Amino acid sequence: MSDITTERYIPEAKKGIADPVLQKALVFLQDRYGRGAAEAYRRLPEGPELRRTAHAIREKAIENLDVLLETLAAKIRGNGGQVYFAETAQEAVDYCLAVARRNHVHRVVKGKSMVTEEIGLNPALEAAGIEVVETDLGEYIIQLAGETPSHIIAPAIHKTRHEIADLFVQKLGIRRTTDPPELAQAARQALREKFLTADMGTSGCNQACAETGHITTVSNEGNIRMATTLPRVHVAFMGMERIVARLDEYEIILRLMCRGAAAQNIGVYVSYIGGPRRPEDADGPEEFHLVILDNGRRRMLADPQFREMLCCIRCAACLNACPVYGKIGGHAYGFAYSGPVGAVVTPLLTGINRAKHLCLGETLCGACMDNCSVNIDIPRMLLALREKLAYGDAVWQVKPASRAEGLAYRVWSWLIRHRRLYEIGLKIVAGGQKFLPQESGMIRRLPPPMQGWTLSRDLHPLAEESFMEKWRKGI
Amino acid sequence: MTIGKLMPRGTITLFIQCLVDAVVPEAGEAMVSVLRRLGLELDCPTNQTCCGQPAFNSGYRREARVAARRFIEIFENAETIVSPSGSCVNMVRHHYAELFCDEPRWRERAEAIASRTYEFTEFLVDVLKVEDVGARYNGRITYHDSCHLLRGIRVQEQPRKLLRRVDGAEFVEMKNSDYCCGFGGAFAVKYPEISGAMVNDKVDHIVNARADTVVGCDMGCLLNISGAVSRRGLPIKTMHIAQILANRE
Repeated sequence: MSDITTERYIPEAKKGIADPVLQKALVFLQDRYGRGAAEAYRRLPEGPELRRTAHAIREKAIENLDVLLETLAAKIRGNGGQVYFAETAQEAVDYCLAVARRNHVHRVVKGKSMVTEEIGLNPALEAAGIEVVETDLGEYIIQLAGETPSHIIAPAIHKTRHEIADLFVQKLGIRRTTDPPELAQAARQALREKFLTADMGTSGCNQACAETGHITTVSNEGNIRMATTLPRVHVAFMGMERIVARLDEYEIILRLMCRGAAAQNIGVYVSYIGGPRRPEDADGPEEFHLVILDNGRRRMLADPQFREMLCCIRCAACLNACPVYGKIGGHAYGFAYSGPVGAVVTPLLTGINRAKHLCLGETLCGACMDNCSVNIDIPRMLLALREKLAYGDAVWQVKPASRAEGLAYRVWSWLIRHRRLYEIGLKIVAGGQKFLPQESGMIRRLPPPMQGWTLSRDLHPLAEESFMEKWRKGI
Repeated sequence: MTIGKLMPRGTITLFIQCLVDAVVPEAGEAMVSVLRRLGLELDCPTNQTCCGQPAFNSGYRREARVAARRFIEIFENAETIVSPSGSCVNMVRHHYAELFCDEPRWRERAEAIASRTYEFTEFLVDVLKVEDVGARYNGRITYHDSCHLLRGIRVQEQPRKLLRRVDGAEFVEMKNSDYCCGFGGAFAVKYPEISGAMVNDKVDHIVNARADTVVGCDMGCLLNISGAVSRRGLPIKTMHIAQILANRE
C-alpha cells in the first residue's frame, strides 16, 4: 500500500490554504470543471436524470460482481490474456513484480491510474531496480518533482508553468521556456524515447464490460494507448468494482464519466482492451495481464451502509464541486483518493480512526452528490462514518473518537428534554458571555473548547431573552 | 398581498430553530410579523428546544433520536408547521425517517409530521402562493443559498422571488451563492482554518457583488457570515429573510 498520511489532514490543509498558486488553480478548476460537469449533465439528450439510471446500473453491477468478474476473466483468458485476483495491495504488487522479473523488464511506462497509486506500485518497482516512467503529462511532472498527485484527474494542478519550466530545465536539460506547448513538446520528446524502449506498460481501467470481455482506458493525451500497445507486456490494474454487465450500460457510464471528469462528451482516446496482440493485429503486447484488486473492497461490499461507494467510477467531479477541497487541495487527504470520494473511500480502505479528520472535516453541504456523475449519496456515508466514530464499531474496529464529546451529547440530550433547565442554562451562558472580550456588540474571543470559532470571525452573543420567553410574554 | 385559495385554514405552528430561539429571536419575531400580516393564526409550543440536527450531524444518532421523539410528541397535533430554517426542515423531512429506520411506528409518525412541515419561504411561495408580502427595504441585497435548504429540500427560487418583490431594494446575485459558507456546525469550531477560509471567500463574493446586505434562510450560515463580516469590519448587514420581509419602512 502507498504511504498513508491521513493523520496530517489539518496541517496539510493549512499548507494548501496558504499556497496562493494552489488557491488560484483550485478556483479555475472548480469554475471550469465543476460548473462544466453540471452543464454537461444538463445538455445530455436524456437530461441529468441519466445519472440516476447510471446509479442503478452501477448498483446492479455491484450486486452481481462475482458473476460479472468471472465472466470477464473467462473472456480475457479465452483471448489469451491472464487474470489475477489480488486480495491485498501487496499481492497485486508482487504479481506485477513477478511478471516483470519473468520478462526481464528494465523499464516500465505507466498510463495514469489511481489504483496503482493506491497499491504503491511505483516505489515497489523502483525498489526492484526497474525504472518507472509516468506518461500522463501531469503525472510525469509530479514524478519529476518527487511529489504526489493532488487531484484524481488533474494531478499537477498545484504547479505553475514557471515551476514546471524550472523543473524541466533541471531534469530534462532543456532551454528554459514557459510556453505551455513548448513545455509539452519537451515532455513529449523525452517520453517518446521511453515509450520506444520500455519492456512493460501498465494501466488502470476506467470501466470493464463483462458482456464483451473488455477493459477500457480513457485519456486525452494518447499516452495510455502508447503505453499499452508499444511494450511487450501490458499489466492492467482494476478495482474489483469497476465493471458493468452489458455494452449498452457501459456506454451510459462512459458518457457520464467523460462529462463528470472533464465536461467532455467523450475523452479523446478511448481504448478497448480484451487480451494480447492477435496474429492479425498490427500492434499490441505479446502478454496481457489483468490484476483485479480487492484491497478492502469486499469489506465495503459486505456492509449495506457503504456498498454504494463501490458505484464510484473515480471521475473526480465531486472534487471539482466540493468547497472544502476547493480550499485545501488534494494533499491534505493523505492517500491516493482526495476530495469527497477520498473522505469516504480512504477511511474504509485504510482505517476509520486514523482517517477521522476526513470524515469530520467536511461540511455535509451535498455539492458532491449534486455533481456526482452516478449520483452517489456521499453525505449519507459521511454521516454513517461519523456514527461509527461517535460510538465505536466492532465490525470496522473503530474506537470512539472523543469520550468527552460523547458525554457532552448525553448531557445535551437530557437538557433539551427539560425546557426550563435548558433556559436556565442559556441564562448562565448569556451571563458568562459578558466577561468575554467584545467589540460593537460582537464577541471577539471564545474560551476553549470553542476558541476555533473566533480564530477568524466574531460571534453574535446570545440574546438576553429567548424567542420562547418573548412568546410567553406575548409577541 | 392577497392569499390564494390554497391558504390553509387553521393555525400555523411555529417551529423555531434553536439558534433563532437563543441567539437571534428577532428573526423569529420577524417571521411572526410577516405571517400575521398575511392574516394567519399562529401558535408556538414554548417547550420546544432542538430538532436533534447537531447530534445527528456529529454522528450521535441515539441522542438525535431522543430529540426527534420529543419533537414528534410536541408537534404531532399541529396542522401546519413552519420554520425559519432550511436545515431544521431538512432534518425533519429527510433524516427523521432514516433515524427511525428500525422503528416503523416512530417512522410513520415522523413521516406524517414531515409532510406538514415547511420552511418559511417555501411556505409563503409554494403553499400560500404569495410573493409580494408588502415589504420595503432600502439597500442592495444579495442572497446566500444555504446548503440543506438548497440541496436538501430544493428551495432555490422561492427566497429570490420574495426578495425581488421587496419595494426599494435592489437584488443582485453574487458569485458561487450556492457554495457552502463553511459553517457546518461543529466543523466551524473543529476545523477553524478551513471554515475560516471558506467564509472569507463567501464574504469576498458579497463584497464583489457590491451588496450592502446579505440575506439567508438559515441562522447557522448567517451567524458564520456575520461573524466574518464583523471581524473584517465591513459595512455589510447580515439578515434573515424574515427580517427583510417584515420591514415596511
